[in-house]
Amino acid sequence: MAVRKGIESSLAIAEAAAACNVDCIAAYPITPQTHIVEHLSELVNDGVLDAEFIPVESEHSAMSCCCGTAAAGARTFTATSSQGLALMHEIMFIAANLRLPIVMTVANRALSAPINIWNDHSDVMTERDCGWLQIFGENGQESTDLVPICHKIAEDKRVLLPIMLNFDGFIVSHVVEPIEMLTREEIATFLPDYEPQQRLDVDNPITMGPVGMPEVYTEAKMAHEAAVRNAYGPICEILEEFGQKFGRTYKPVETYKTEDADIVFVMMGAASETCMSWVDKVREQGKKVGIVRFRLWRPLPVEAFKEAVQGKKVLGIIDRHFSPGGAGGPVAQEVKYTLYGEKDAPKAVEVVAGLGGRDIDFDTFDKIFDRCQKVLDGGEVPPFELIQARGGHYGKI
Amino acid sequence: MTEIKSHPVDGLLRTDRMPHIWCPGCGVGTSVNCFTRAIEKLEMDLDKLHVVSGIGCTGRVAGYINVDSFHTTHGRALAFATGLSLSRPDSKVVVYSGDGDIAAIGGNHLIHAARRNVDMTVICVNNYTYGMTGGQVTPTTPDKALASTTPFGNFEHTFNIPNLVAASGGTYVARWTVFHVRQLTRAMVSALKHPGFSFIEVLSPCPTLYMRRNKLGAAVNLMEYFKESAVIENGADTRTVALNEGKTVLGEFVNVRLPTLRESYEERMKEALGEKFVPYEGSK
Ligand code: SF4
Repeated sequence: MAVRKGIESSLAIAEAAAACNVDCIAAYPITPQTHIVEHLSELVNDGVLDAEFIPVESEHSAMSCCCGTAAAGARTFTATSSQGLALMHEIMFIAANLRLPIVMTVANRALSAPINIWNDHSDVMTERDCGWLQIFGENGQESTDLVPICHKIAEDKRVLLPIMLNFDGFIVSHVVEPIEMLTREEIATFLPDYEPQQRLDVDNPITMGPVGMPEVYTEAKMAHEAAVRNAYGPICEILEEFGQKFGRTYKPVETYKTEDADIVFVMMGAASETCMSWVDKVREQGKKVGIVRFRLWRPLPVEAFKEAVQGKKVLGIIDRHFSPGGAGGPVAQEVKYTLYGEKDAPKAVEVVAGLGGRDIDFDTFDKIFDRCQKVLDGGEVPPFELIQARGGHYGKI
Repeated sequence: MTEIKSHPVDGLLRTDRMPHIWCPGCGVGTSVNCFTRAIEKLEMDLDKLHVVSGIGCTGRVAGYINVDSFHTTHGRALAFATGLSLSRPDSKVVVYSGDGDIAAIGGNHLIHAARRNVDMTVICVNNYTYGMTGGQVTPTTPDKALASTTPFGNFEHTFNIPNLVAASGGTYVARWTVFHVRQLTRAMVSALKHPGFSFIEVLSPCPTLYMRRNKLGAAVNLMEYFKESAVIENGADTRTVALNEGKTVLGEFVNVRLPTLRESYEERMKEALGEKFVPYEGSK
């Protein structure tokens, strides 16, 4: 029987990976992910988990090693953050295009420079285009539940793609919270043993990763695009199945008090939990505001998102990363992509907040709300801004 | 009122950044003390000294030394320093970082910088673990030692770093401990004066993570061990200096003068281009 206990999210995530009976873990220490792999090494040491634990010499090697173990047909797990994910960049595309169903948890953290170990989404957002599935947990319970879900999605024969499970570094990874931990037996009823579609096998030799000449490269990319996009159906099914089995149902796009809201905040990750409390508070003052949260980020749940913001007037989009000199934050960019050309599309107030560990608090939400309210009242849509920057408004520093 | 007295090497440190992050008993600070004494002894022009660090506990050194410093990414300090060294031929470039940074994630840069005999001094503080991230296993963790990622005891072969550097082509290679402060300071003086790739491995206690986990007592116990197990063998064949239980071979193992990368480059280009070749004088 699942037990609910107070546990650090990182440890719970590691326990979940162990309960999924992973075969291989290759990882390199990086804050704030480290507790996950450290705990896995303990579980291997204690004989709780029969797996190969490979403490490699860099993240580049970690992801390469994961490709090797996954290619051999092993259920493969790893974890990283920030610079570590950036160092994996080269191999990320390879894991994806070789269709290796690796599960990687990423405790999201800012990228240097300046050196910063705290939370934002610059690490994951710079990996948007690498062809992995990407999903976000908002707290320890979600992130723990998403581990078996991710393995099941990745290994589904209709999917066969690596998946990145994101949660906010420190804010989620290091927090002790009550988490209902599924046992290995319970997980086994949901996640069957892994049967690779194909693997490196001396008796049935195949080649992985050969050259793709211009005559086939586009088709290979097309196949990959189709695989990622078509993963949406199986993902929904698997989330649903998990909900039916264990009572916690997760959706690709989550909403909170949006029914009667004119203004809706859009975000992902742990900030939405703070935002829920803020929404509850300001609703008492009569402010009709709700939240739409992306859980699934790749494939982008376009239709589910459109439905969630149907009829809304103003979106307050919060990004925790942005493209300097570019089109603002990634969430805003993609939200606009989903709504471009739609009749009566809501207006978008785009802000960047929570960079490098700066807290997104009620004050921040108040500020964003004010801007949204002005637009709702007929004001101009302001340009994207780093709303928490000292020195004030973007463009007027 | 407490009177704050200045320390003799205060001028070489960014005292505004104190207190530093190092734990009580950590050896990194001791090595920095030796380094500042070496700089003083050489009366170095501080405008022509650059300190480059990677990431880690030792990686913080660049931030505390009051000269031009470059706090780079994990493992890449030597690559940054190679660029810096070639573009500032009139300056001294020092890489100051830990074993995890230099010999693990940055191992490839180490062997190639040594092979090319790039003009730089590398001070590698080896405390047998990744300190900053919580004491994980490194390529320098001794056999069977415990680390947070080897609760079962390390089973991988351990790097003999001086041998690695010497075999790769390093032209000055030494090893000392933070107990041997005078010898270490003297070695730093020699390394800083050495044209080409000079490398010092500095054995150092990490009481917080490595020693506590391995029940090795307090920092002072490792200092005593360094004292008792030290065998000074200048010129020793680096193949024989692997760290073994009970014996810590120390000394200046390699000190030869070979053309530096820049010298080889200039010679080759003079041959190839003759009169047309204009040696690079450095960025201004
Ligand atoms: S963790 Fe270890 S290496 Fe780092 S400062 Fe503390 S004692 Fe020194």
